[in-house]
Amino acid sequence: MSATLRVRVWRGGAEGAFREYEVPRHESQTVLDVVTHVQRHLDPTLAYRYACRVGMCGSCAMTVNGAPRWTCRTHVDKVAKEGRLEISPLRNLPVIRDLVTDMREFFDKWARAKGQFRGERRRSDDFARVSPQSEKRRLADVAIECIGCAVCYSACDVVAWNPGYLGPAALNRAWTLVNDERDTQQAARLRAVAGDAGCLSCHTHMSCTDRCPKALSPTAGIAGLKRAVAAAALRGEL
Amino acid sequence: MSKWVAHVHRVSGIALALFLPAHFWVLGQGLEMDGVLRWTEQPLVKVAEWGLVVLLAAHLGGGLRVLALEFLPWRDWQKSLAAAAAALTLGWGLAFALAL
Amino acid sequence: MSIRGETRLWIAQRASAAVLALCVLVHLAVIVYAVRGGLTGAEILARTRGNAAWFAFYSVFVLAVTVHAPIGLRAVLGEWLAWRGRSRDAVLLLFAMLLAWMGMRAVLAVFA
Repeated sequence: MSATLRVRVWRGGAEGAFREYEVPRHESQTVLDVVTHVQRHLDPTLAYRYACRVGMCGSCAMTVNGAPRWTCRTHVDKVAKEGRLEISPLRNLPVIRDLVTDMREFFDKWARAKGQFRGERRRSDDFARVSPQSEKRRLADVAIECIGCAVCYSACDVVAWNPGYLGPAALNRAWTLVNDERDTQQAARLRAVAGDAGCLSCHTHMSCTDRCPKALSPTAGIAGLKRAVAAAALRGEL
Repeated sequence: MSKWVAHVHRVSGIALALFLPAHFWVLGQGLEMDGVLRWTEQPLVKVAEWGLVVLLAAHLGGGLRVLALEFLPWRDWQKSLAAAAAALTLGWGLAFALAL
Repeated sequence: MSIRGETRLWIAQRASAAVLALCVLVHLAVIVYAVRGGLTGAEILARTRGNAAWFAFYSVFVLAVTVHAPIGLRAVLGEWLAWRGRSRDAVLLLFAMLLAWMGMRAVLAVFA
């Protein structure tokens, strides 16, 4: 194991360049540790995001050696071949500066996919009774743990090829709501996720499922949406 | 793995779409088959034919994978469908190569 | 295109894919059989000419291709060449018509 790491870090906006830094290597070290070291000891002008640093919030997502990952949960040993690292901002999002991306479009698409719950019960009504064992609830539960880190969105080729494509995270969230029996927006939601910008544009590359740090499978949810949309179209309901 | 199967699926589809008009044209000539068959004896044509069979098998394999992922209930083993698609391609390519 | 239209195209693509899966398997088997058997042109035509069953089979094959290939290309043109809108659909419709015409011409030449 080398004593130092040669780390290339993206500096600048959409236009910019990689700058190389030499960072001391430790036995137990994450890529986030490396980026933090650069900012604190080598170049205070480096911009980057993190928060919990324990794999819960998803803020530290960046591209490491070409693949999007949570830097706080990426051990240097796992990715640094011959002591080299390349760190750049998440793909498919505008770069604000250095390793920080503009997440607005990611969340706007979430909203466009009708990724919000809307129910009809009021405070005075009794609780809705939803069986956790019901098929729909189980499907929703399997996909519900998404924290909106944008790693899947970053990994997706269709997002790169089709600017309007809603993306795996937004569609995955829509899928959990399609399976929520309390929700009252189902018809509008299916319309929102159909069409060129929606689930039908997914080509099942499965990069999202491959890279999701929470081991979710947006591909599965999107396949479910495809079936739901097609069925609605055949019934004349779309 | 899945990403590459999908890319092969797309590229093979494009190649087949471009090849088909030519294929239809040759067949539609209504030539005496022997003339056509003699032409196909040329080694370069044999290699091209083998290429076409592989493209077709690759596209079919990738396509079956997509249909399975989109219509069958979701299971983890479906990720290895990518491998099955690749195997199918090789299988047919070999069968054709052996038959040549 | 409307979402209803896009969804119909998607359904048509999957339906034609299922039909083609069967057709291609049969076609590949037939080709391997013919090549392996070293059939001459006359032998092949003797089996295909006037054969109503094979005529019907290959007509279905051509029809399915006419649906499947242009819709497949549509995604490629939109995603890799950023070509969207009516002109794309118009060109693909022409391509579909070309495939149908040339395909049926071939089917007639071999099976009629």
